[in-house]
Amino acid sequence: MALPNDSAPKFLQYAHPEMIVSTEWVAEHLNDPGLVVAESDEDVLLYETGHIPGAVKLDWHTELNDPVTRDYVEGPGFARLMSEKGISRDTTLVLYGDRNNWWAAYALWVCSLFGHPDVRLMDGGRAKWIAEGRPLDTVTPERPRTDYPVVDRDDKHFRAFKEQVLDHLGQPMIDVRSPGEYTGELLHMPDYPQEGALRGGHIPGAQSVPWARAAAEDATFRTRAELEAIYQGEAGLEPADDVVVYCRIGERSSHTWFVLHHLLGFPHVRNYDGSWTEWGNSVRVPIRRGDSP
Amino acid sequence: MTTALNPRLQEIADDFNSMPGKDRLQLLLEFSGELPALPGRYAEQHDLLEPVPECQSPLFLAVEVDPNSVVHLFFEAPPEAPTTRGFASILHAGLDGLTADEVLATPAEFTSQLGLQDLVSPLRLRGMAAMLARIKRQIRDQRAASAPA
Repeated sequence: MALPNDSAPKFLQYAHPEMIVSTEWVAEHLNDPGLVVAESDEDVLLYETGHIPGAVKLDWHTELNDPVTRDYVEGPGFARLMSEKGISRDTTLVLYGDRNNWWAAYALWVCSLFGHPDVRLMDGGRAKWIAEGRPLDTVTPERPRTDYPVVDRDDKHFRAFKEQVLDHLGQPMIDVRSPGEYTGELLHMPDYPQEGALRGGHIPGAQSVPWARAAAEDATFRTRAELEAIYQGEAGLEPADDVVVYCRIGERSSHTWFVLHHLLGFPHVRNYDGSWTEWGNSVRVPIRRGDSP
Repeated sequence: MTTALNPRLQEIADDFNSMPGKDRLQLLLEFSGELPALPGRYAEQHDLLEPVPECQSPLFLAVEVDPNSVVHLFFEAPPEAPTTRGFASILHAGLDGLTADEVLATPAEFTSQLGLQDLVSPLRLRGMAAMLARIKRQIRDQRAASAPA
């Protein structure tokens, strides 16, 4: 049974207010049956230092990725993971994490590939919860194991592969990396040299809109009007556009995918998770350097 | 093939490998809490520290080789980066106070001998390998600078 939506006025402006809840809402509903809160961070130990009481941990690298192939887990692996975390198919799953919900948005996108019916982000993530002086707990909750069904991963609607991006050239694309990565000056994200590529630049036609522009100082999402000014005003996207977003491994662009698809209501947005670590290492794909798309 | 570790690092590696996965993360968290604070001279003069951008979170380190050729290590990483702090703390516990030769003899691949690959991911472990590489380079640089012309 799904929990009620958060009817905060800011959220009601968004195209899909049911996809987002506030820290207040989480505090109020924390003990409701049918809710599981999950923390997804870049740092694998951050959850252990203290998390929202009762929240489970969901690790992007060791749990959502296939350990061998560069891909996500398949249906049986996802079902096993959800069952171990105590999440049922009808659970309202609320995700939050560090760094403006960067990794939480990535986890939400992966859950969406499996069509989990009710998955939401906690606006402002871990930073806002802590800034508000809300309680943290180091106890790992023991949730009863569930029987999550095996659901095939659907890569058609929200995911783009390299071949599809080649076919998409000339249509709207958003590169969410830092300006230095976009122009080709940097072969990796600032401070992340281990995730480099052999060639620098961007996919021809892709516009540069760094992902963190969608977040305010307190790590919450900007208002609908502010987001429209960035993506529809500055970048000139139309809601009916078929849009591909990418970054370096698909995590930062999951955040932008969430903004375009759920907050602004664009129906056709796909995340190219191969992103620059695939494109910038591929033979004979077109690359553009410099400031212009 | 594994290369021999110094007894202190070996003991740390044995501790990690002797326990099940969940406890290994807990041990890493304990290391994270035990990282010594920076002494005042570094806290006040932050530019004496070398940044390690290979870590996913900000980490700074300093290396001193004293006249007896004993190595002293100093690290700084924020509390919201417990994994990075844990790695720094392992290096501190395993290498601080050893001789320069002993530190230089630490095999670069020792990070893969802690049994953490599947729990922490190889990507994250590379940050620790980068710290070790920078420590060794600083020791060599300091030796070269103090060698008689």
